[in-house]
Amino acid sequence: MEPLEIAERLKERFPEEVLDVIEFRGQVSVVVRRERIKEICRYLHDEPGINMNYLSDLCGVDYLGRRGFRFEVVYNLYSLIHRHRIRIKALVPEDDPSIDSVTEIWKGANWHERETYDMFGIVFKGHPDLRRILLPEDWEGFPLRKDYPVTGPEGWEWKGFEEVKRLHEHDREWNIT
Amino acid sequence: MEKTRLGDNSRVTTRELTLNMGPQHPATHGVLRLVLELDGETIVKCTPYVGYLHRGVEKHTEQLNYLQIIPHTDRLDYISSMANNIGYCVAVERLFGIKVPERAQYIRTIVAEVTRILSHLLWLGTHALDIGAMTVFLYCFREREKLQQLLERLCGARLTVSYTRIGGVKKDVDQQWLEDLYAFTEEFPMRIEQYETLIDKNRIWLKRTKGIGVITAEEAINMGLSGPVIRGSGVPYDVRKFMPYCVYDKVKWEVPTGKNGDIYDRYRVRMEEFRQSNSIIRQCIEQIPDGPIMADAPKFVLPPKDAVLTNMEQLIHHFVLITKGPMTAPEGEIYVATEVPKGELGFYIVSDGTGRPYRLRIRPPSFVHISALPRLCEGGLVADVIANIGSIDIVMGECDR
Repeated sequence: MEPLEIAERLKERFPEEVLDVIEFRGQVSVVVRRERIKEICRYLHDEPGINMNYLSDLCGVDYLGRRGFRFEVVYNLYSLIHRHRIRIKALVPEDDPSIDSVTEIWKGANWHERETYDMFGIVFKGHPDLRRILLPEDWEGFPLRKDYPVTGPEGWEWKGFEEVKRLHEHDREWNIT
Repeated sequence: MEKTRLGDNSRVTTRELTLNMGPQHPATHGVLRLVLELDGETIVKCTPYVGYLHRGVEKHTEQLNYLQIIPHTDRLDYISSMANNIGYCVAVERLFGIKVPERAQYIRTIVAEVTRILSHLLWLGTHALDIGAMTVFLYCFREREKLQQLLERLCGARLTVSYTRIGGVKKDVDQQWLEDLYAFTEEFPMRIEQYETLIDKNRIWLKRTKGIGVITAEEAINMGLSGPVIRGSGVPYDVRKFMPYCVYDKVKWEVPTGKNGDIYDRYRVRMEEFRQSNSIIRQCIEQIPDGPIMADAPKFVLPPKDAVLTNMEQLIHHFVLITKGPMTAPEGEIYVATEVPKGELGFYIVSDGTGRPYRLRIRPPSFVHISALPRLCEGGLVADVIANIGSIDIVMGECDR
């Protein structure tokens, strides 16, 4: 099926949710509201003829300074059965950066969502294990946000890893030097 | 969790043991850390910790122009840097709408397949070494050395090659290079048979790989696995066939698949890929046409070096492209996947019309494969963890970025 056709069917099924359809270089992005993202993904995954059974990629994008919705969560979907691709972009506001998790639909979303949380601070509701993944657990800030400086925040000093500190405490307790 | 055994040892209690493996461990292929919860020798829970090699490549690339990012892609999966270069350049070319000349496409296909052989040779050597077959490692490195020397002759580097450019490749191949590579492909099928005689009938190898680390086709698709891992489970998903790029649609080749989805099948798939890659290289060398190696798109593509040194306009043009990047990049976003030796490497680029990408997301196959590691290991034995890590063929530089 042509990607624009899928976008049309999605629009028919969720007229309230679909905000925009963008085509660029033969790839189609569908901009949607975040509230019913799980239903939309479930529909795309299960609907005969669409069957988006392969989650290629899930990531976040920060559009700092854009009015209304600062973040986007981008789902790059592919169907191994029908060999077509579509991109879903869910809008996420700055004051409440959260969205429903899709790990129940694609297990592969688990680590991608953790990374998006790690880098953008977007909370995925219903995620089984939402922890930081690439950065240490006590890291402050979300590095891939556009207002996070490349050189690190001013006056910032590294305090060491929590894990290592715990290890030292353990050593002291057992009198290991 | 404590439980009391009945019988004579009624007062003996057993407890689950937590075992830390890595991040500095020779068999985890880099800085991967696993925390294993054991009940005797059986793994109850496996938790991978990644990020020890995180360098913030995605953040860094937002500060660089499109040309400057190519060396950064080398350092993702540093075993197959050529394939990463090609993946990135294909994505940027699709974004800019550049058509790459035929000869450059053929050269790219050849070096991509050389890289696949290189990567799989390293995988075979280290995987067999992990399991206990030492000899294969030495044999694999013999062939690796020959190919590495060919790459060195082509672009001056063995590991971080940065060979492709946006719109083509850096340097043309000469006839002698092609002939030497062709001579290698004539000899290589016999070498593959040598590896197979070393391990394929080895009872220890078979016992340690057959029926271990099984993942079904449905699960593999659902978890987003790719490359030889998903093909080992019987799903013929190969980006080169599904969404052809370069000249993969002009040569004859097959996608090898397994049936059981265990470590042995993943091994078989990679061994067959050796033969397929070998055949693709041969066909490409036979078919390669003459012609230019860089696209004719002066707004995006660097001018040839001799023109830069003799022509004033070209020099200015070169200077602007290098310092500011292609200022006429179209606005839009694109996701392009390519098949690197480890699996599907995707680049999602958001362009805001400036010379730098607004957001460059790298979808690394190793990252996704490590997320499936608990599924492969849980319920198995401690010794099989090593075999499982080897079978999914990970590189931490790519996983952590």
